Amino acid sequence: MSNVVALKQTEAVAPPVEAKPAAPVASQPVEAVPTGYQRAKAPEWVVSGLRHGLPMLLGIVLFIGLWAIIAKVSGNLPGPAKTWESAKVVFSDPFYRNGPNDQGIGWNILNSLSRVGIGFGMAALIGIPLGFALGRFRILGDMAAPIIGILRPVSPLAWLPIGLLVFKAANPAAIWVIFISSIWPMVLNTATGVQRVPQDYMNVARVLNLSEWKVFTRILFPAVLPHVLTGVRLSIGVAWLVIVAAEMLTGGVGLGFWVWDEWNNLNVEHIIIAIFVVGIIGLALEQALLALASRFRTE
Amino acid sequence: METTLERTEKYVQIENVNQVFDTKRGRFVALENVNLTINRGEFVSVIGHSGCGKSTVLNLIAGLLLPTSGVMLCAGREIAGPGPERAVVFQNHSLLPWLTCYDNVYLAVERVFGSQEGKAKLVERTKAALALVGLTHAELKYPGEISGGMKQRVGIARALAMEPKVLLMDEPFGALDALTRANLQDELMKIVAATQSTVVMVTHDVDEAVLLSDRIVMMTNGPAATVGEILEVDLPRPRNRLALAEDAHYNKLRSEVLKFLYERHAHKLAA
Repeated sequence: MSNVVALKQTEAVAPPVEAKPAAPVASQPVEAVPTGYQRAKAPEWVVSGLRHGLPMLLGIVLFIGLWAIIAKVSGNLPGPAKTWESAKVVFSDPFYRNGPNDQGIGWNILNSLSRVGIGFGMAALIGIPLGFALGRFRILGDMAAPIIGILRPVSPLAWLPIGLLVFKAANPAAIWVIFISSIWPMVLNTATGVQRVPQDYMNVARVLNLSEWKVFTRILFPAVLPHVLTGVRLSIGVAWLVIVAAEMLTGGVGLGFWVWDEWNNLNVEHIIIAIFVVGIIGLALEQALLALASRFRTE
Repeated sequence: METTLERTEKYVQIENVNQVFDTKRGRFVALENVNLTINRGEFVSVIGHSGCGKSTVLNLIAGLLLPTSGVMLCAGREIAGPGPERAVVFQNHSLLPWLTCYDNVYLAVERVFGSQEGKAKLVERTKAALALVGLTHAELKYPGEISGGMKQRVGIARALAMEPKVLLMDEPFGALDALTRANLQDELMKIVAATQSTVVMVTHDVDEAVLLSDRIVMMTNGPAATVGEILEVDLPRPRNRLALAEDAHYNKLRSEVLKFLYERHAHKLAA
């Protein structure tokens, strides 16, 4: 599935490059140009933007329409208009503080992001080097395989009691849950990437008799980097997925706690707002990492 | 046959070499009792049907493989592993896609000469190697931005820049179209004449072998392949492919190789 997204990404990047040769062609006499292809006067990226953008817009409109109908039928669920009005209020003052349990949406977002940042950052610091080691040295890989196999499928929240027990505080426990559930994609993708470095490149290293350091900096690291970035992207996705659940249980300031608090207040508009905020931030993180990955793609 | 003192010096010696691979289906004898001597400054082609172990011979000289038994020598010393004095031009160019053409060559130059020479001299060597293959204009391009023929030329520049004792080429032009291949063959002939390199080239192209080589080593079919015959190519240099096409002696040599490959050692699958 990530491949599909990546393909779309390159399609979206490509048109401006292709548009360059189109400019001189357009200035030539009309009869020199195959007519069928030149009907549109607008640059190609505008055309393709419309081609993808219009269906997207249509999808969103349909979605909101469906939501409005369901809200009308059920009676309990706030519709799009009511939610929008509520969102305007919520976002008009995002950084207020009324005591520990009532703070603005901005503080909730920042707190959740910082927990994810710390947990994911530590997972990256440990997971990526670990992945290199497991991929490079077969004995380490074989040693780790059964342990990773058992720990990876465990539901993230099952780790929470362990965190509470060890750290004796809610906030580190939430970070611990993020850490332990987001480390695996980075370990596994990095290790797979190292194992899949083409033998040709390693043969070059052998013929040149490169030092282990040069092998790492010139061959291993650049060859594995796309795999590492895929791992990072999956890990951030997992971390962001888990944060709401972890914060619901641990409390404090954060989007997850906010959702739970508003459920207790029966303020369903705010829950829907939270769902959109979580989704949009998750999408933004994913797109940012895809953009980063496409900068490092070779060939 | 050339009779200069250099040419008679034994440079690469393969003596009684056997190569056995342990596979899932048991032991596979790839090479049996291979004997071959290559002289300094000589251009030797190894030709045979696919699966005859010709690439195995090349990998043995490169040191990427070690023989199961037998002796491998290069310039009087035993071949114990790969090394830059036996540079390899790989079939699929094997350039590092994240380095520019210049940096690909520089990586090799730095490794071989970095300990004795200053940066300016290393840069000069790298530029000279790229100029030799006519790629000065493309030195800042990445491999993904240039054609297959240009990539292979960078691969040749990288190998030549190391000033190897022996240049090993594993079907270097096999993946290229016929016109590009002919161009690069002509360029390679000029470069080899200028640098007096010792070259071992694996190929399955009869014309290429006759055009470029001083001797053609014809391998029998595997398993347990060995050197079948060795053909002296005593055509005068410089060679011109157009003139040779009409040349009776060239065509006689060419048909000798063809007869070996398709009459005496016809491939079971190819038949």
